[in-house]
Parts: sequence; structure tokens; C-alpha cells
Amino acid sequence: MAISRRDFLLNSARAATTTTLVAAGLVSYSHYSYSLPASAIRPPGALEEKDFNAACVRCGLCVNDCPYPTLSLATLRDDAALGTPFFTARKAGCEMCEDIPCVKACPTGALNKNLTKIEDAKMGLARIVDTKGCIAYQGLRCEVCFNVCPISGKAITVEMRHNDRSGKHALFVPVVNYDHCTGCGKCEEACITEEAVIKVLPLKLATGKRQDHYKLGWEEKQKHGKSLVTPDVDHKYNLPEGKKYDLQGEGLIDIKTDSSLDNALDTLNSMNPLFDIKRK
Amino acid sequence: MKKPNICKQIGQDVINSRGWFSANRFLFLRRFSQLSILFLFLLGPWFDSWVVKGNLTSSLTLDILPLTDPFVLLQSFFAGHSLAKDALIGALIVVLFYFAVGGRVFCSWVCPVNMVTDAASWLRCKLNIKTKSGGVSNKTRYWLLAMSLILAYLTGTIVWELVNPVSILHRGIIFGMSFGWGLIALVFLFDLFVVKNGWCSRLCPVGAFYGLIGEGSLLRINADKRDECTDCLECFAVCPESQIINPALKGEGSSIVLDSNCTNCGRCIDICEPKVFSYSSRFKKNTRPSNK
Repeated sequence: MAISRRDFLLNSARAATTTTLVAAGLVSYSHYSYSLPASAIRPPGALEEKDFNAACVRCGLCVNDCPYPTLSLATLRDDAALGTPFFTARKAGCEMCEDIPCVKACPTGALNKNLTKIEDAKMGLARIVDTKGCIAYQGLRCEVCFNVCPISGKAITVEMRHNDRSGKHALFVPVVNYDHCTGCGKCEEACITEEAVIKVLPLKLATGKRQDHYKLGWEEKQKHGKSLVTPDVDHKYNLPEGKKYDLQGEGLIDIKTDSSLDNALDTLNSMNPLFDIKRK
Repeated sequence: MKKPNICKQIGQDVINSRGWFSANRFLFLRRFSQLSILFLFLLGPWFDSWVVKGNLTSSLTLDILPLTDPFVLLQSFFAGHSLAKDALIGALIVVLFYFAVGGRVFCSWVCPVNMVTDAASWLRCKLNIKTKSGGVSNKTRYWLLAMSLILAYLTGTIVWELVNPVSILHRGIIFGMSFGWGLIALVFLFDLFVVKNGWCSRLCPVGAFYGLIGEGSLLRINADKRDECTDCLECFAVCPESQIINPALKGEGSSIVLDSNCTNCGRCIDICEPKVFSYSSRFKKNTRPSNK
């Protein structure tokens, strides 16, 4: 059945139009769909989000091999890109299996096999997002997040601080240590407040970055074993003879050589009371 | 004059001569194949017996046999991800298999959407719904195939998987569907009311891709006894890609259906009273001329 040139061109034009329409719809939908919500945490070893969306084929092998009801594949109801694996820390955090079965199961490398120690995972970063809501910051004893943290005593520590309200008590506040937190989310899952005040956030949201030109002198010095710039010269005042500089004594003062002033009581007595009043 | 509705009496001759079961042999076999593959995937989540893990895009059978959809892997590659060994081996096995048995065997023997569109097609016939193709050429699928690869490259993500009904249905049944049913319902309604065989035979880029894999595949339908054709047209009515039959059945050359869009579903074999069609290798020499 021969097809006329006219029909061929018409068919092609129709197909091209349909395709362009579908493409336009898809691109805008994909833009929306690939902006991962902060509450969706990727499994351990997941590549950076953009690379992950290129690599993950949504097979669910990681979900099948997860021994806990933690991981699931996103449906159209979830905000994560359709079919991709994620977990919601508040519902069920990652239990941090020693053998990391989800990473082993991934056939495409979307979960990076270079991750061999679960303690090195960076699924996100826990942050106390609301110190007002956290009861520990209000002076109550809690420390639940500290106690459930799998990187025991490292990723979350409890710091003792002065309770300014009562003036005499201590606050025992949880502090997240960036270097050790894996973002497993057990703290968020366990947080006792109605809405968790400690939350696991994607690294991108939880961290900032200063420009490379900021060098911390004390760190550079330690790194190189010596100061990289000329060391500071001890400052010397160029003062008139017989004077010394002391701010508490309001600037230039005479150096007393009178030995009678060695007595502290005499010193106090010699002070002009009017002078003191003026200061206030 | 109004044409009689062929669907009213389709397959009646075969049923009369060979019985109802025999007249639907390959249909039953296909449903059995589709459902048992689905069931194998569901054994794990339903009965905690993990014969097969994953889903059609990538799976692991008995902890040893990896299978990966080559189309999704190709999109991943276009999106800028370097291919991992496991996935590559899995895709290679799949390609080799479909190269042997015909690429679109995936469509008619494995893909769960086939049951949806076959149902639409059946109902469409029963209700005698006749619409034109609506200008949707069966070449559109190749445009969509190219588009899915280009978009993967441009956006750096596997875009087609956001809307692919094949994976949405299969993954949905295993891992949870939610609103995915809506999309599947749309495909059904599209095929029923808008365009005949609209999804599988005109638009689906997955099918188009598998068709290309099976371009030179070994297993083919052969209109071997084409001189016995009675021109009843029932094979054209049941075939989802009816344009592929004519060259083999009525052409001058080979009686082998060489068009790679043949899904090897075997409906024509079942429906033909004089048993014109059969499965054969693509290299079989045809002996009989066609009766035009």
C-alpha cells in the first residue's frame, strides 16, 4: 500500500506536533517533580540528587532488600519523583544496617557502592530546627534524640549551658555534630514533641558554604606547622616618660613610685571620690 | 450499505470447527504468561517468598539472574549516567532474549498494559465503536522514542519514567499505585473511545524500542498456507498491528511476517479457520504463492 508524499508529510507533521506537545508537558512536569521535598530522604549512598535522577531506574530492589519498613518507592501521591526510593524520617528512620543491603542491591550505581561503612553515609543532616519548641532548651530534661542516636555519643552530644531564666539551673541541650551525623533520622523519628523539633534535612538545605578565600589562620597554622604570614610584632605604646597606659584607669596615668601606695588601702583612700561619681 | 459488525461473529467459524478453547489457545497462553510473571513479582511482597525482586525495569531472580530494561538503561545513559556492570549484564540478557523471540514479544506476553489495552480493544469491538485513527500515525511512537532520549539528554533525568504507563502499572501493582490507576484508566479510555489500538500500536515508545531490538529476530509468524486464505478478514480484525499482515499474506514475496512490529501474539493463528498462519523461523522458505 503506497503512501502519497502528501500523506507522509501530513502524518509526520502530526506526529511531530504530538511529540512536541508531550515534550513540553513532560519538561515542565519533570521540573516540578524533580525538586525533592525536604522531608524525603534518599537511601544511604545515594548520588547527589541530580545525578541520582539520571541513574535510578526505579526498580525497587533497594526497597525489597531493606529489612525494615523504611524505604518505599514514590507514588503519584508523594512529592519525590515518581518511582524513586525515599524515606520519611518522622515515620521510620534508617536503621543503618552494618552490611547496607540497599546499596548492595542497587544495579545501576544510583546508590554508590563505594559506601562500605554505614557510618560514612550522608543521607542528610539532623538540625534542631526549633530551639523554642525543644523542651531541653527550655530547661526540661529530655535527651531522647541523644539516646536514640546510632552514632552513640558522637553525632549528637548533650551540652550543659547556663539557664538564664532561673539563673541557677543548667540546660542540657542536644547538639548535632556535623562530622558524625549520617542523617539516618532516628532522632527525628523519636523526637517527643508533637511536631519534631529536630529534623533531618537534605545536605543542601542544612549546610551553607563560605567562599574559598576565607582562610582560618589558626587552622592553616596547624595544617602547615607554622604561620603562613609574618608573625605579629608585640605592640608597644610610645608613651611619655613616667606614664603608663591603662584603660581601666582611664588612659594615661602616672607611674607612681611612692612606696606608700604599695598599701592597697592607701591606694583606695587616695582616689578622689568625686572622680568615681563622674564615671557613673 | 452499513457494513456488518465483524466483532459479532468473530472467531465463530473456528469455535465451531475446533472448539472454544482451541480457538483462544495463544490468548490463554499469553494471559497465563503475563499473569504468572506478575505473580512471581508479587510472591515476595505478598507471601514473603522472594523468587523475583524488583520490577520490570530491573529485577533479580533467585538472587542470581539480573534483568534490566534496556530502554530505561539507555535513557539513563543519555541522562549522563555511566552504566554500571550489573545493569548492563541484565540489559544484555534481555536484548539477546528478545532478539531471538521477537522484540515485541515483550508487549504481548509480558507487559501488563497489554491486558488493559486488549480489554479496551475487545470492548471497542463489542460496542461497535468506530473512530478514525484521529491522525495518530503508528509512526508517532518513534517520535516519542526519540523524544524520550533527547529529553533525557537535555534534562539529565529519566523523564519518560514519570509518565510511562508500563512501569507505572507494573511497579504500582507491586510497590503501591495511588493515583497511578488514573493514568491506566486514561490509557484504557483512550484506546476505547479515541483511537483504536492507540496506545500500544501508535504511541508507546517502549514498544517501539522493543520492536527495534527484534528487527532481525528469529521467531516469526508465517502465513505459510496463504493460498488457502478465504478472505474472511478476521485476522485483520484481531491483529493489533494489522498493517503487518498484508505483505506476507497477499504479497508476492516471502510469506513470513517480517515487520518488527508484529508482537508474535498468535491471535491470527488462533482465529484462522483454514490454519494459514503458524510460528516459524524467519529463514524458512515459503512454498506457496498468495491468492490475491
